[in-house]
Amino acid sequence: MDRRSFLTSTIPSSGSGRVKTAPLPPPNGGLAPFTGAWTENEVIHLLKRTLFGVTRADINYFRTLSLQQSVDELLNPTAPLPDLPVKEYTVPAGATNPDTNIAQGSTWVLDVNNDGTVNSLRMNSFKKWWMGVMINQDRSIREKMTLFWHNHFATETGTIGNAQYVFKHHLLLRTYALGNFKALTRAVTIDPGMLVYLNGERNTKSAPDENYGRELQELFCCGKGPGSQYTEDDVKAAAQVLTGWRNDAASISSYFDVKRHDTGNKTFSAFYGNTVIQGKNSATAGDEELDALLDMIFATQEVAKYISRRLYRWFVYYDIDSTVEANIITPMADLLRANNYEIKPVLSALLKSEHFFDVLAKGCQIKSPVDLVVGTCREWQVAFQPSADYLTNYGFWSYLVNWANNMQQSIGDPPDVSGWKAYYQEPQFYEVWITSDTLPKRNQFTDTMVQNGYTFNGKKLFIDVTEFAKTLPKPEDPNVLIDDILKLIYRIDLSAASKNQLKTDILLGGQASDYYWTDAWNVFINNPGNTSNTTTIRNRLRDLIKYFMNLAEYQLA
Amino acid sequence: MKRRDFLRKSLPAGVLLPSLVSGFSFRAFGADADIMQSLMLPVTETDHVFVIIQLNGGNDGLNMVVPIENFNSYVNARQNIYIPEKSLLALNGKAGLHPAMTGLKAMYDKGHLKVVHSVGYPQPSFSHFRATDIWMSGSDSNELVNTGWAGRYLNYEYPNFPNGYPNASMTDPLAIQIGSSTSLTLQGPAVSMGMSISNTSNFYNLINGIQDPAPNTPAGKELTFIRQISQQTQQYATVIKAAATNTVQQVSYPIKNSLGDQLKIVARLIKGGLKTRIYMVNYGGFDTHSAQVDSVDNTKGAHANLLMNVSDAIKAFTDDLKFLGVDDRVVGMTFSEFGRRIKSNGSDGTDHGSAAPLFVFGKNVLGGVLGDTPIIPANTTVSSNLPFQYDFRSIYATILSNWLCVNDDDLQQIMLKNYQVLPLVNAGGCKKAVNLSGDMLISNYPNPFVTSTVITFTTAGGHTLIQIIDTTGRVVANLTDKEYAAGTYTVVFNGESLPTGVYYARLQNLATQQVRAMLKLR
Repeated sequence: MDRRSFLTSTIPSSGSGRVKTAPLPPPNGGLAPFTGAWTENEVIHLLKRTLFGVTRADINYFRTLSLQQSVDELLNPTAPLPDLPVKEYTVPAGATNPDTNIAQGSTWVLDVNNDGTVNSLRMNSFKKWWMGVMINQDRSIREKMTLFWHNHFATETGTIGNAQYVFKHHLLLRTYALGNFKALTRAVTIDPGMLVYLNGERNTKSAPDENYGRELQELFCCGKGPGSQYTEDDVKAAAQVLTGWRNDAASISSYFDVKRHDTGNKTFSAFYGNTVIQGKNSATAGDEELDALLDMIFATQEVAKYISRRLYRWFVYYDIDSTVEANIITPMADLLRANNYEIKPVLSALLKSEHFFDVLAKGCQIKSPVDLVVGTCREWQVAFQPSADYLTNYGFWSYLVNWANNMQQSIGDPPDVSGWKAYYQEPQFYEVWITSDTLPKRNQFTDTMVQNGYTFNGKKLFIDVTEFAKTLPKPEDPNVLIDDILKLIYRIDLSAASKNQLKTDILLGGQASDYYWTDAWNVFINNPGNTSNTTTIRNRLRDLIKYFMNLAEYQLA
Repeated sequence: MKRRDFLRKSLPAGVLLPSLVSGFSFRAFGADADIMQSLMLPVTETDHVFVIIQLNGGNDGLNMVVPIENFNSYVNARQNIYIPEKSLLALNGKAGLHPAMTGLKAMYDKGHLKVVHSVGYPQPSFSHFRATDIWMSGSDSNELVNTGWAGRYLNYEYPNFPNGYPNASMTDPLAIQIGSSTSLTLQGPAVSMGMSISNTSNFYNLINGIQDPAPNTPAGKELTFIRQISQQTQQYATVIKAAATNTVQQVSYPIKNSLGDQLKIVARLIKGGLKTRIYMVNYGGFDTHSAQVDSVDNTKGAHANLLMNVSDAIKAFTDDLKFLGVDDRVVGMTFSEFGRRIKSNGSDGTDHGSAAPLFVFGKNVLGGVLGDTPIIPANTTVSSNLPFQYDFRSIYATILSNWLCVNDDDLQQIMLKNYQVLPLVNAGGCKKAVNLSGDMLISNYPNPFVTSTVITFTTAGGHTLIQIIDTTGRVVANLTDKEYAAGTYTVVFNGESLPTGVYYARLQNLATQQVRAMLKLR
């Protein structure tokens, strides 16, 4: 079948059970720059993949820029790092070390406290804050990349157990989000949180702990692909290189203790060119040997390919066949190495490529729970409280953290060091997110947000459907209204017949004439105090939007 | 908290368990005894079904049930569109059905059709949206009520829904709407009490397993995957599909008649064994501002076709119910948001009006005509409208009381006010118990109350909110809004300063919510 007839055909209907189709080819084209038209469709595609959800204002903004300018802007955040998480919790009486020294509304991140209750409250505070940061994201890729690195260098707050370490680790990912992969790996290796999580702080010459030395290669740098040929001896040798690093809770930092360091030479396999890292015994031995280790690992092409595949699955699609491997992954890896593992050049090439904008690459991501939750708040422009009312906002963010958790994505606590299965589990990948348990929860979440909302501290978190509709260019025309909403929220359009049916059934209440909606909308705008008419408008919009969010199309990005 | 623990703790606080009254103390059985479980189930349940047919657009009642008694005035007011007297299907000599409605005439002759004249309400609205909301909510004209009358009934009968549903005593949807979205009619105080089966794609998906086309791209592959999971997880998909499959043979229905298509599905599901109480279907096109009759023959044309389809569909449905042996269990009703103006307009149509006749049908209906033939003034103007004889809420109250077997004492809680009960259906055989299955998370005692009532609620822990909402959806009190440890608690609602009427106590515990209706009396 040629490409054109292929694209115009549809997946055949089927009775029950899985639809069996021939394997679909992944998107076409290579990393060459996309030269097609830069239309609204392309803008939305780019933004859905690089932001959490897209608003009409975002689209209008980027439409004034070229594709090159848009990607450059997304890759170069100008907003400062967000304000730090604050104390919004109440420490129950009976805590042995309540943080009474920290005022409500002040940040706790630099306050050392080892009380279990306080730490637990702070880790929740961190998760709420993070949700808030994602919802308040600027027009940059930073939040998607921060979450990418959290999935890549996965840690669990429950295991780290120290909220100050948890936040410091998070800040590291955020700071390096668009920086140098090799430098980030170095920083992560001796990050206090990671030293706890993968036992690096307990890795000594007398009792080597291979945990980090293994994951550094298996999960963080080389992966498990056919080209990854490191050996069990390499795991042992890497662990030896990394002996001696310890944490100091009082200063929320790590340090190198040469007395615990294995000062012998470390010999690696042919995969690493039989490198021998000379053992050292100075105070700087830990740093020097770590640099040597990472120089050695990052000298392999496989590291560049592995992280390219990870980026590809995060931003494009999960299916990497030999064509994608040859046309996309390999050139991405070359770019990474040519730029000494800087992330921006390779992301820039990918996001500007003909492959990224291929029709086959559009709409094929199943939203992660975070993408669904944050995107729902952003796309429908859900209003939060002014920042002074941080108590209410943290309560709202907490609610959203819980929902994402219910749908199996707990920020701060991925299932294990491998991150979320959706980004590595073959052959399902993204489809892992959608189960008979999580799909009804996704629908329940959107239903709740558009119906009763969530009341906390006397304030309500909900999708204000009329305020949303007012942001659209022509809400008085039911056809344009439906088109404008769907353009924003779906990547696969509904058929004209379906749209007409929904317009008639829901917006027109069964009437044939569009002017019934138009008249009611105009009355609403000119006389919002007419409560019965306002209720009519609000309820019909609510039912329409609820219906849209319940269709499978809403789960795709 | 486990369900049993909850029962143990909350029952003494005044949960309505009528079956407990007859001499047995709760404690004597112990919460773990099997008899407790059986007490939680309804004792004897009516198997009555009510089918609501909505005629969207405002049906021209005067050309549907023509006032033979006042025929001259009728012709005078509608010179361009009147139905000739000789063509009418005479009912009681005083009024006649439109000639296209032969099916309904046959049902009338058998005593299976009740024609109720001039149904409406005070200060009628002429807006489609507003009038529809009034009919669906059962509100006064100048009052906003954000729940539906049938939704309130279902919330009364199944107070714990949707927490713990479906369950052994109610495996099926409480109400089914054929259409894209559940209407206000089925909206309960917290959630919609109905599920909708779209008549475009979803329904056929569900019944026949047909897929909407998805593009043959990676996006289409993922879309197809999600749709499959969606079908597998639609809470009631299996039971609906099983019910539909159970019914293998039906009488033939009129072709190219979408109302008939919908009613055929309803008959299939009833016969197939669903315990669903309420079905809602709709049929549009009644907004006949112009060319409602054929320019040559007034008995033909757009409105005649609509009426023929309504009549044919209801007749086939009734025949089918008899053929399937379930005609004893089903009563149906038509309604439209308003009738049309007495005087026709210059485009051979009619503009928005007020009161209009409606039909109640079924084997157990008390057949005949209820009410006086509408009086048509000799000199009508464009603003002349028919006054109503029967409040539409009396129809609902009658159905609730005589067909869906709601206790008289509880009627007001559902209908928000007292309405007269009319001779519409055979009221024999009504037995009723409230279905307390599911997870009861909030209750109150006493109910009804005069000044204050104690609200008992169960939280799974975490942020918990109890608020009191009036029938318009306005929050009148936040009784608590804070963190709780898992457990059962009470708060007192003092409603002394509030007007009498229905209030709802709403529990919100993270993703969970439940609403309890309460009646404040003088």
